[in-house]
Amino acid sequence: MADHALTHDEVVAPHGVHEHPFYQKHHFETAEQQREAAGFGMWLFLLTEIMFFGGLFMAYLLYRNWYYDAFVSGSNTLSLSLGLINTIVLIGSSLTMAMAVWAAEVRKQGALVMYLVATIVLGCVFLGIKTVEYKEKFELHHVPGASFDISEFVHPTDKAEKPLPVDMANKTQIYFSLYFAMTGVHAFHMIIGLGMLIYFVIKARQGLYTTGYVQPIENFGLYWHFVDIVWIFLFPLLYLINRH
Amino acid sequence: MSDYKVSTKHDPHTPDKHDPANVTNPEHAEHHIVGPATYLGIFAILMVGTILTVVASRLPLGIFTAPVALAIAVTKAVFVVLFFMHVKYSTRLVKLTVAAGFFTFSILVIMSMSDYISRAWGQW
Amino acid sequence: MSTANTIVNLPDQRTAKLPKVNYINKEHGLLSWLLTADHKRIAMLYLFSITGFFLLGGFFAGMVRFELLTPAGDLMAADTYNKMFTMHGIVMIFLFLVPSVPATLGNFLIPIMIGAKDLAFPRINLLSWYLYLGGGFFTLASLVLGGVDTGWTFTTPLSTHYLNTHVITTATAIFIAGFSSIFTGLNFIVTIHRMRAPGMTWFRLPLFVWSNYAASIMMVLGTPVLAIAIVLVALERTVGIGVFDPAKGGDPLLFQHLFWFYSHPAVYIMILPGFGVISEVISTFSRKRVFGYTAVAFSSVAIALFGFFVWAHHMFIMGVSNYSALVFSLLTMLVAVPSAIKIFNWAFTLQKGSITFETPMIYVFGFIGLFTIGGLTGVFLGSLGMDIHLTETYFIVAHFHFVMVGGMLMAFLAGIHFWWPKMTGRMYPEGMSKFAAVTTFIGFILTFFPQFIVGYLGMPRRYHAYPAEYQVLNVLSTAGATVLGVGYMLPLLYLGWSLKYGAIAGNNPWQATGLEWQIQSPPLTENFIEIPIVEQEAYDYEWLAHKTEKEVTTVG
Repeated sequence: MADHALTHDEVVAPHGVHEHPFYQKHHFETAEQQREAAGFGMWLFLLTEIMFFGGLFMAYLLYRNWYYDAFVSGSNTLSLSLGLINTIVLIGSSLTMAMAVWAAEVRKQGALVMYLVATIVLGCVFLGIKTVEYKEKFELHHVPGASFDISEFVHPTDKAEKPLPVDMANKTQIYFSLYFAMTGVHAFHMIIGLGMLIYFVIKARQGLYTTGYVQPIENFGLYWHFVDIVWIFLFPLLYLINRH
Repeated sequence: MSDYKVSTKHDPHTPDKHDPANVTNPEHAEHHIVGPATYLGIFAILMVGTILTVVASRLPLGIFTAPVALAIAVTKAVFVVLFFMHVKYSTRLVKLTVAAGFFTFSILVIMSMSDYISRAWGQW
Repeated sequence: MSTANTIVNLPDQRTAKLPKVNYINKEHGLLSWLLTADHKRIAMLYLFSITGFFLLGGFFAGMVRFELLTPAGDLMAADTYNKMFTMHGIVMIFLFLVPSVPATLGNFLIPIMIGAKDLAFPRINLLSWYLYLGGGFFTLASLVLGGVDTGWTFTTPLSTHYLNTHVITTATAIFIAGFSSIFTGLNFIVTIHRMRAPGMTWFRLPLFVWSNYAASIMMVLGTPVLAIAIVLVALERTVGIGVFDPAKGGDPLLFQHLFWFYSHPAVYIMILPGFGVISEVISTFSRKRVFGYTAVAFSSVAIALFGFFVWAHHMFIMGVSNYSALVFSLLTMLVAVPSAIKIFNWAFTLQKGSITFETPMIYVFGFIGLFTIGGLTGVFLGSLGMDIHLTETYFIVAHFHFVMVGGMLMAFLAGIHFWWPKMTGRMYPEGMSKFAAVTTFIGFILTFFPQFIVGYLGMPRRYHAYPAEYQVLNVLSTAGATVLGVGYMLPLLYLGWSLKYGAIAGNNPWQATGLEWQIQSPPLTENFIEIPIVEQEAYDYEWLAHKTEKEVTTVG
């Protein structure tokens, strides 16, 4: 289906004094103004998210440079295949979310619900795999804290891995701290997103978003894509530091 | 109340009684619907990028490992921002907002790292 | 009309009445306030709550000054004293100064000043207030549980490894209050971009709007970094992740980079809305447009931009590299320039103006003098050699109190008095208010000027005991604090009194320009009967004079 630009008149309600769409709040003059304000507001919220994750990326950048060997060793204990699958799954969920926005815009209710559900499913797959990964880390005593065990790094079972001096091996705890902090905060954002998606599915089945009231789906899409972008950076930074 | 000027022009500098919310102001962009074809194309590009970054991590790139990985990630992110998030079809205001976010992040990183890099003692 | 010494123009008090319908009496009952979406009601809710926290913060200040009357640490234990100044700082900064002008005056006025019916997101506005209360709740919880003694700066590794006090509770409080601030800023930015009335171009906006816009940008971009810094401190305390722990390879200075990345812009978040108030008041009481409107508007945005480039000037002695310190010092010199531009512009606004000295104007004059001194001492501190001697002494304490209290708090009081008639429909008693303003000014100088001296002489900050030779200056400072306290108590009393007994203000008692003065006092819930179409520039006194001849309209 070809893209086309809707004209102004297709979007905005007629200029009668009291005629405006049911979803337009009274402090807005037109629905278009409301939509643009909502979108802009969501972008500003995403700015705060950039800076929130930004602090974590700053910490990562510093310690990766200071303790490169520890970061390499830590990174190599993560499952590359699970990380790759998760990346494909999450980017796929971005695709389904973008399709959901399109479906809302062209008012195809069935497609909208289907794409929203697909996004939820893919998001759950991602979190499921993440749970598996976290569980593995618990079992290997790679969770920072009292039970952290560095023996794997001092005497690696995998012969291809470089053994670390005790000093540097201790620094792997910082790597895993950042791993859990960054993927944890990311997962937290996904859980919130999934909760909202469930709400959107319910409302979409009632037909709310195929009346021209696209902005909630549109703006949630922005949020979901942002969460995807964070992962696009987390994957190489955490999993792919040095895999040869 | 003050005198009203009634005008039928859609000139942002002449207040128009029929455009009370300045809808046609310079910050307004024509609404553009991105279709499935574009989305699938972008998805394909992102998959290529993903495979590329895994492959690149297995190559002995030495000092270029990190820059290459970041370059690929940034490129992927740019495609998501421009197409999935519709920034390519958005107003200048939205584009500026996105730029402002990444600019501020870069200030945090660059100016903090400049402290760490220029320390004359240990660690670096 | 206006006499030689006042421009106040009130309606005939024998027949004047408050408008029959306004935002205050439109709905009744506690829930109509607690669940309101009206930006004006939310502003009043904020005003009520920040006043409460101001009193709490003031109590802690009193405790600090009381202890410092004598050189020996004899009033309270050292740890208790640490809790006093910590709680004073946290409450005053996060629960009073940061929300002060934006959440009260900004919330009330910005929609009206731009000709809108409300902010872009009214329910998020209400959420902001509840988040603020959440932050307040956790702060009080921390207080009741025994307080926190890290200093408001939560410096690591003290806060992460060496203290047993309620750091995480307080950190939670600040985290939540931070989101209150973020949502307010977000709301303002969207509103100012998208909700302006027809003809209200950017360069016709009152400078109050520009200032709040600049502050809002900083709130949105800076606060999240504080949030993540706090989260990391909490993780460090609970799990021991090592990110700030030298023993595990972490760098305590990383926390400070993240903390001050927000906390330096925070001081501009606090002062910029105050600058906005000053512009409005100074124009009104000189009967003259603000000199160099464009310079003042752009300098607000310049402060918002440059304010992000200077944070490590709080870290000069902490172990940053020399080169980094040089860069940040140079940038700090630069950031003083936009503030100075404003002072010059205000001074030129006064020149050849028709100046009268109503209470808001007295606060403005106090601001200009005290903020200039505070700002200049900031430039001294930005110079590396000076900073090594002066940092962590009372010189710093005096510097930031001059800008925050002598500057920002005075601007806040100026704004409260200036817009009190608009928000409540009532005038406060002018004689009493002038007395309070002058008392505040005198009390302030008595309290904080000696601190410059005692700091320069070497008295460290955050110590509850000091060498005997500093006592005279400390006693002077505490005496001044008492006078200052009286100066701050008085407005609480007479402003409260005015709600019932104050003169009826009418639409425009100050004969000011600005859309808020063209509507009734107190305003209607929807602000305007009809959305205005703006054709006049800001501070256009000719337009006002022309319009007054055709004046009408209150409802009822």
